[in-house]
Amino acid sequence: MKINILKIIIFSFVIFSLSVFWLGLKIDNNYDTKSLIGSKISNFQLTEINNNNQHISNEYLKKNKYTLINFFASWCAPCRAEHRYLLSLSSKNKKIKIIGINFKDKKINANNFLKELGNPYDFVGQDTDGKISISFGIYGIPESILVNNELTVIKKIIGPIDQTQFDDVLKIIQ
Amino acid sequence: MLSNIGISLVVLIIILSFLIIYIAILDLKTSNQFIKKNIYKLSLFQITFTVLCFFTLIIGFINSDFSLINVYENSHTTKPFFYKIAGTWGNHEGSLLLWVNILVIFSYLFLIFNHSHDKKFRLYTLIFQNILILGFLFFLLLNSNPFNSIYPIPLEGLGLNPILQDPALAIHPPLLYVGFVGCSIYFSAAMASLISGYSGKLFAQSIKTWVKISWCFQTLGIIVGSIWAYYELGWGGFWFWDPVENASLLPWFAITALMHSLIVLEKRNALYYWVIILCLSTFILSVTGTFLVRSGILNSVHTFASDPSRGIYILLFLSLMIFSALTIFFKKYKKETYIFNLKSRETFILANNWFMVFFLLTVLIGILYPIFLDVLTNVKISVGPPFFNIVIIPLVVPLMFLMAIGPKFGWIKSQNKMFHKILLLILGAIIINLLIFYFFGKYSFLSNSIFIAAIFLILYSLLDIKKIFNNKNKMELPRIISHLSFGLLVFFIGINHQFSLEEDFNLKVGEIKKTNDYEINFEDIKIKENKNYKAVIGNFRLTNLKNNLAQYLEPEIRIYSNPETLTYEAAIKTKITSDLYLTMSNVSRSDYYNIKFQKKPFMIWIWISALMITLGGFMQLTLKKNED
Repeated sequence: MKINILKIIIFSFVIFSLSVFWLGLKIDNNYDTKSLIGSKISNFQLTEINNNNQHISNEYLKKNKYTLINFFASWCAPCRAEHRYLLSLSSKNKKIKIIGINFKDKKINANNFLKELGNPYDFVGQDTDGKISISFGIYGIPESILVNNELTVIKKIIGPIDQTQFDDVLKIIQ
Repeated sequence: MLSNIGISLVVLIIILSFLIIYIAILDLKTSNQFIKKNIYKLSLFQITFTVLCFFTLIIGFINSDFSLINVYENSHTTKPFFYKIAGTWGNHEGSLLLWVNILVIFSYLFLIFNHSHDKKFRLYTLIFQNILILGFLFFLLLNSNPFNSIYPIPLEGLGLNPILQDPALAIHPPLLYVGFVGCSIYFSAAMASLISGYSGKLFAQSIKTWVKISWCFQTLGIIVGSIWAYYELGWGGFWFWDPVENASLLPWFAITALMHSLIVLEKRNALYYWVIILCLSTFILSVTGTFLVRSGILNSVHTFASDPSRGIYILLFLSLMIFSALTIFFKKYKKETYIFNLKSRETFILANNWFMVFFLLTVLIGILYPIFLDVLTNVKISVGPPFFNIVIIPLVVPLMFLMAIGPKFGWIKSQNKMFHKILLLILGAIIINLLIFYFFGKYSFLSNSIFIAAIFLILYSLLDIKKIFNNKNKMELPRIISHLSFGLLVFFIGINHQFSLEEDFNLKVGEIKKTNDYEINFEDIKIKENKNYKAVIGNFRLTNLKNNLAQYLEPEIRIYSNPETLTYEAAIKTKITSDLYLTMSNVSRSDYYNIKFQKKPFMIWIWISALMITLGGFMQLTLKKNED
């Protein structure tokens, strides 16, 4: 009797593990935060990079029809590549505001970066230890999140913004 | 051309394996005492063709024959000769061929060296082993064929991943494979033993040597991998509880338990079913580890080989193995009863097994739990060093005490006359620990216990060695050396962990950084062109402020061309008492370099003690041989 129970336990454990392995083979192993699309942005508070007394929070997003939150750093090479799209987005459109969140960076370097390439952002927030970005569901930069005035995530761009992504964003906000 | 030769050889080996199984089944029915000559002949052909097949692939790599996809993807004409050869097993397909080679070699050796054992048992072992061989050959042929050809033939190959171009890593896979795949032979033998009823003491004797061989190679393989991580990855450590490292530990715990309980089976004819369970699970765990790494379910440094279609095949094979093993085991299982005296050697060996099983389960949970969670709930977590350190390290303390005392007990029952000695040695250990504590620095209660237990084990083993030199009985020496080295290993890891220094800062050429004990002067930087990479070499002068001795360290940033990759080579100055470790990495768009400087006491001794553990194993192999 005892051995039978043991048998059942062992067999079920083995079957369970093997089927989990089998399922594991089918799922995409790349970490994906696409599931965040459609969800609401949780509460946050950002501090301006050059002014520790200037803050923005969720309320800021409610004022604009669309906000693009872009995560960047001066040390990040692909961020340079996507910068021109951000610039043309900011100059072309009054319907969209762009917030830059400066991820794990030094203030001087970040300012030099913006001086050199131009500043597309309506607000640059500091995130020296990267914690704010993580709470947005970011796991690597560059990444960008497009949010509407109801604080819902409409689009997520993982990696640098390219021509297709750029056109997509334009189409959404038109 | 090579492609055709290779594939023909694989097909030939498949036919031979079928033939061997067929004739072996026929031979089971004959009443003759001896195994048919034909089986020996066929096995000899099988091993010859398998080795030839492997050489065919090696020749492909040496000649940079890019008509083979495998060579094209993993080699390059400018690669040094040594790494061309090592490239053969530095990829999934080639390593699978190596895997098949080891299966066949062990199968053949087991057949010819065990002639004193029961015929049925040997034939069944051969049958099971050949089923395994067939399984892997079909996998090789249908899914991962190293001899697939490509047309038009490319002029140049893609190159081998530069971090794999390292001597330690060139020998790491073959060692591990002998260790892990070698387990297959006592998996087959255990199945054969269950079916043929050839059990007990004789069974133990038939597999003893094979267990020891695979234990030695597994241990050595794991150590070499860890040495590689220390010198090549530039993270300044040697064990990271990385999922793939853990996967290699699982069979190691099982085999270590097996090696010990096998002694009980041989001497006392007890624990037979437990030994069978360990035999079966060692190889099952090896294949599970391979599955986890090769299928891409685990992400880590080793993901060179991830591909889900391979995963499905290995999983299928694994399931077949587990279910047939479980079914046969439960069918043949009979209840065993034995009463061990508390003060007997067998009790202590059993205690070793409990520890090993505990470690095994801990690591298994550490690997499986994140996978299960990810697959079932899509939550990503990683189980890392804190978990393993908290769960495993405290138990190493009692383990070391038992490792010292256990072997002193006799079989069945013994009088305990060593109480005084133990007390005295513990006292000695405590005093030495207090001296370290007092002179070098403070550490926690747990670290104190670890040091005391390790020193106790070391002292005890040293006394044992002294005794051996007095009465010239060498049989115990290998065991004592392995146990002593384990004590030393834990001791040096403890010291290393407690007294390492680490500094992380940015410097540019010409700047000087002062730490408490050292002055680091970034003197200049030069660029060197090598055969397959360009190196940016930093020149650092390190001055020890205590004695004003200066030495130079030259860490490198290497830019490999095929495939284009950056690697960071640590500059390591190894001395008897400590390692100085310096890595530099470029900070993008600035003249600064990020410098990581570490002083790690007794690093070299960690390697030496780990290697000595293996030495004990190899000594045991040769000693037993001489005795026969």
